[in-house]
Amino acid sequence: MSITIENLNKQFGNYKALDNINLEVNSGELLALLGPSGCGKTSLLRIIGGLDVADSGKLLFHGKDVEQRDARERNVGFVFQHYALFRHMTVFENVAFGLRVKQKKQRPKEAEIKRSVHELLSLVQLDWLADRYPAQLSGGQRQRIALARALAVEPKILLLDEPFGALDAQVRKELRRWLRRLHDELHITSIFVTHDQEEALEVADRVVVMNKGVIEQIGTPDEVYAAPATPFVYQFIGNVNLFHSREHAPWTQQHGDAVAYVRPHDIDISHKPQDNTALQVEVKLVRAIGSVVRVEVVADGSSEFIEIELSRERFDTAPLSAGDKVFIRPRQYRVFESGVKDELSAA
Amino acid sequence: MSQFRALSVLPGFNLALGFTLLYLSLIVLIPLSALFVKSATLGLGGFWHVVTGDRVLASLRVTFFTSFVAAVINAFFGLIVAWVLVRYTFPGKRIVDALVDLPFALPTAVAGITLATLYAPNGWLGQYFAAHDIKVAYTPLGIVVVLTFIGLPFVVRTVQPVLADVEAEVEEAAASLGAGRLDVFRRVIFPAIYPALLTGFALAFARAIGEYGSVIFIAGNMPYISEIAPLLIVAKLEQYDYAGATTIAVAMLLISFVLLLSINALQWWSSRRGNR
Repeated sequence: MSITIENLNKQFGNYKALDNINLEVNSGELLALLGPSGCGKTSLLRIIGGLDVADSGKLLFHGKDVEQRDARERNVGFVFQHYALFRHMTVFENVAFGLRVKQKKQRPKEAEIKRSVHELLSLVQLDWLADRYPAQLSGGQRQRIALARALAVEPKILLLDEPFGALDAQVRKELRRWLRRLHDELHITSIFVTHDQEEALEVADRVVVMNKGVIEQIGTPDEVYAAPATPFVYQFIGNVNLFHSREHAPWTQQHGDAVAYVRPHDIDISHKPQDNTALQVEVKLVRAIGSVVRVEVVADGSSEFIEIELSRERFDTAPLSAGDKVFIRPRQYRVFESGVKDELSAA
Repeated sequence: MSQFRALSVLPGFNLALGFTLLYLSLIVLIPLSALFVKSATLGLGGFWHVVTGDRVLASLRVTFFTSFVAAVINAFFGLIVAWVLVRYTFPGKRIVDALVDLPFALPTAVAGITLATLYAPNGWLGQYFAAHDIKVAYTPLGIVVVLTFIGLPFVVRTVQPVLADVEAEVEEAAASLGAGRLDVFRRVIFPAIYPALLTGFALAFARAIGEYGSVIFIAGNMPYISEIAPLLIVAKLEQYDYAGATTIAVAMLLISFVLLLSINALQWWSSRRGNR
């Protein structure tokens, strides 16, 4: 089921949580809402799920206005960061809940409930935990049960609010892949909220980057990383070095007061100047981290560190050590007007 | 000794347990055993004779019946008060919150006299009841009123924190799964607060059984109708019938103990079904 959001606004007191949001979610896609905390991503998710109400704007499911329908009538599965399982019910009863509260006419028979709950539990690979209580499960298991519970009512849309936020790194990575596989199996239109860029880039079909209540960019994971639309996206997704025109003009070219944004792995290092725009720097720190080597340099007459990432291969052909005077030059960069930058540093 | 307790990193087990036993002995066990010893001077036959006396039986019935009714009323309305205090914000909420504790602080005699005056047939509130031929003060109904007043804080204060602990998210999850308000309350909220509600009920009930000061002012104290067992005890004391007085006390104690024990068992049974 597709979702259309038009000119959506939401205000909490003086704080504008959502500022004129327009978004189209395709049927069957897995979409990530990515942004720092307080950017409005969770508010947007809650409004879609009917747990909050927008001040103005339109929300359509498959072309139909759903504003008048509350959460229980929207047929939306919601998964919470802290699981929100029913503590006094067994895992089985938790998953069966959505089926048991159906109106008498639609309520499946007991045998039917039993069958579909066990089906869901084997889908999340936790059938053997049916008789346990949530308190006896690990975080990862709880979240999978929460997902099974949400899927029990056969929702047309699945909403996940920082689903892996409360889990440790290892479990998180595992569940991420698992969620992707599950989505490929079920093809439910899904939106998940996260502040973890790696998670968004790895799992989602498309990523919506949000900041301060507005959408900064919508695109595939590759697009938002390789071609960030705004300085914010540049800084939020991946690392970036800033070169201000006041300090080093050649890269910002004709723009008067501007900033060049350069990814650490887009910088060339050489012992001889590559061309007349090269910048002379001194190597301060060399650190090998797994497959990459991170080099920190400082330009002459500056105190700001510039971060450079080299592949180990590249590093081995021309080793560097602290104290070396070298030249750097970006292979690829993007220039933004300086006014934008100031706004950014306030963020 | 090491079989008696599991090894623990918490220090001071011996000291803490010793202190607890000493304290409980001084405050609870010794006075209570004195009670039993004194009542034992009557012998088993004498004990039975006193307890099964018509007037004593009637007073026990009045005491436990009115206490039970008051505790039930408190469980119901206390839950609503707790609900309102937890779930909503409104101007003056802190004042309402503080009002709940007032029955704790007020001397019970003051409560009894005030309520008796209010609910007397010519009192501010009593006159409206009197118009419909309902007598509140000086009847068992009056006892229920005053016991409800006395027991109110117990239910509110035990349910309130537990209710606050039920996350809004859990309710939202239930709603998004299609549960109506009634289902959310019945299947999600009530099971979570039920043990606390039971505790509040038990506390209010126990408090009401032992209540004396406020009741005697509103009850009218008519033998066989509105005379409570504690009053009978005092009456026997005034006649220097110490053995008789302690005998009624022991009977009350035993009944209360059995009732509270069964409430505890109910709670234990329900929490065993629950999370831990």
